[in-house]
Amino acid sequence: MTSNRAVDIVVSLALLAFAALLGYDNWRTGISWDATGPQPGYFPFYLALILAGACVYGTVKEILARKEPSETFVTREQFARVLQVFLPTLAFCLLTQWLGLYVASFLLVAGFMAWVGRIAWWKSLVTGLVFAVLMFVTFEIAFDVIMPKGPVEALFGH
Amino acid sequence: MEAFSLLLYGFGVLLTWKTLALMMVGLVLGIFVGVLPGLGGPNGVAILLPLTFTMDPTSAIVMLSCIYWGALFGGAITSILFNIPGEAWSVATTFDGYPMAQQGRAAEALTAAFTSSFIGSLVAVLLITFLAPGIASFALRFGPPEFFAVYLLTFCSFVGLGREEKHKTIISMTLGLLLAGVGMDTVSGQLRMVFGWSELYRGINFLVAVIGLFGISEILLTMEERLALRGHAAAISLRVVLKVWKEMPRYWMTLLRSSAIGCWLGITPGGAIAASFMGYNLAKRFSDDKESFGKGRIEGVFAPETAAHASGTAALLPMLALGIPGSGTAAILLGGLMVWGLNPGPLLFVEHKNFVWGLIASMYLGNLVGLVLVLTTVPVFAAVLRVPFAAIAPMIVVSCAIGAYAIQNAMFDIWLMLLFGVVGYVFKKIGIPLAPFTLALVLGSRAEDAFRLSMIGAGGDLRVFWSNGLVGTITTLALVLLFWPLISAGWDRLRPKLT
Repeated sequence: MTSNRAVDIVVSLALLAFAALLGYDNWRTGISWDATGPQPGYFPFYLALILAGACVYGTVKEILARKEPSETFVTREQFARVLQVFLPTLAFCLLTQWLGLYVASFLLVAGFMAWVGRIAWWKSLVTGLVFAVLMFVTFEIAFDVIMPKGPVEALFGH
Repeated sequence: MEAFSLLLYGFGVLLTWKTLALMMVGLVLGIFVGVLPGLGGPNGVAILLPLTFTMDPTSAIVMLSCIYWGALFGGAITSILFNIPGEAWSVATTFDGYPMAQQGRAAEALTAAFTSSFIGSLVAVLLITFLAPGIASFALRFGPPEFFAVYLLTFCSFVGLGREEKHKTIISMTLGLLLAGVGMDTVSGQLRMVFGWSELYRGINFLVAVIGLFGISEILLTMEERLALRGHAAAISLRVVLKVWKEMPRYWMTLLRSSAIGCWLGITPGGAIAASFMGYNLAKRFSDDKESFGKGRIEGVFAPETAAHASGTAALLPMLALGIPGSGTAAILLGGLMVWGLNPGPLLFVEHKNFVWGLIASMYLGNLVGLVLVLTTVPVFAAVLRVPFAAIAPMIVVSCAIGAYAIQNAMFDIWLMLLFGVVGYVFKKIGIPLAPFTLALVLGSRAEDAFRLSMIGAGGDLRVFWSNGLVGTITTLALVLLFWPLISAGWDRLRPKLT
């Protein structure tokens, strides 16, 4: 059980680090003025400074307010449900790289419906298949939008 | 009268079978997107944008804007029948809409919502028709300093007028501006903030970020809350429609007030959310019977819906005339313009008359057709909500991935989308607003270019932003808005001493 405040502080600190990184990179690129005007790093460098400032302000504010109660960021039960959708999405992205988007989407839809939704296997498989084919026809054939494809599509000559 | 003839010309562009068909497709897709939990206007437009890449710009914008109108209509269906606002701006509609559905008056509430949406949009479109060309031709005289001042005004008004904590708005905005700068610098051609990572050379695409921030994160949030959908069935009969329409003129003042609020908040980046609440609250304040609000009063549906739609539509005015989007969805449409090779801004009215007037004409026609469509097909779309979320969620994820990949044919973008999904989820939970981020990401490089061009022109003298009356006024106004919370707090403290 983490509180909203704890997450708030962690995010602020992470963004502060990010601002420092970007600020450093822009400083290296050049933040001063030359004959043509400001150097490429000038504008983003000052933005990084403002971001850092806002993060410091946020962190200090939350630390000072730590005695006041804060909402729970996420309960264990909620987090489990978020993972139920996040992990399959992650797997889907990985599979897209190897199997192509359409096969991966068939597996995602069918698998998600059957496991997470506890819907009958045959319904899940049919829905997944219909959806994947429909997407293929819409994008690949009707609208000429090319998606990553894998071995299965190659079998059909695509 | 010039606007009128140009509008007729726009209808001429529009009235081909192909465009009309695309319009219908857009509206149906849009209503669908608006009805589904975990999707909505900006997400729907962002995800479906890739469909339009191979179209000509006019067909593309007509279809996309119709998706948007459809989503606006669709949002009302879920608010009234299921008490689930499909969009933040539909929240106020649930106050009286859902009680009406509980009392068995769902059809009335829906008719009221759709009709008032139509009226709100209509007022805003009229405003666009007659105001936008003037603003655009005025803006043709703008140079880089003026443009930078206008961008500054947009950013500052977000900070000063937004209801979120100020530092969080600033975090969101600077982060967006920074990420907009990743990749090749447009002025010097130098690489920035890429850390030797070749995938970052082409920059962080705005649409990829939007799909992740809104689409994926919304799925995570919906799943977390575990929506149990329990809704009321509804079919709208002609009798009910006529009854509501007969009642409507009595509320002309509410409609007018809400339209005005909506238009104003749409043009300034206050947004549809603020507009819907303000419309509702003002209707309540001016009503003789305040007690009946929240218990199923039809005026409580008219007021927020009119304001939300007027605002959602009016947000397109600054986008068309100045190239500055007034809302998240307008920002995405702006991203679309760039993909189709159009340069948003005042020149659009001169160089791409077809496009601009076709779009404006499609706003009239799209809203009218949309109204008829939703009135007749509500039961079909309400049935969509009975499809289990476990089937819809993975399909939305796939659509998001397709959208993200199609933009630049890069697998990296799918990963980026996932990353932004997680970021969006965390940001929403701790109250960092996403709209300023979106706006900053889409306007970032244009704002920076304007700044640097002004600086080059002025030899590095910051006084260029006060060099004439126009730019000086805008810059000063921007600073006033930025510090508005401090100014108004100071005034409140000072006033008792003065009197």
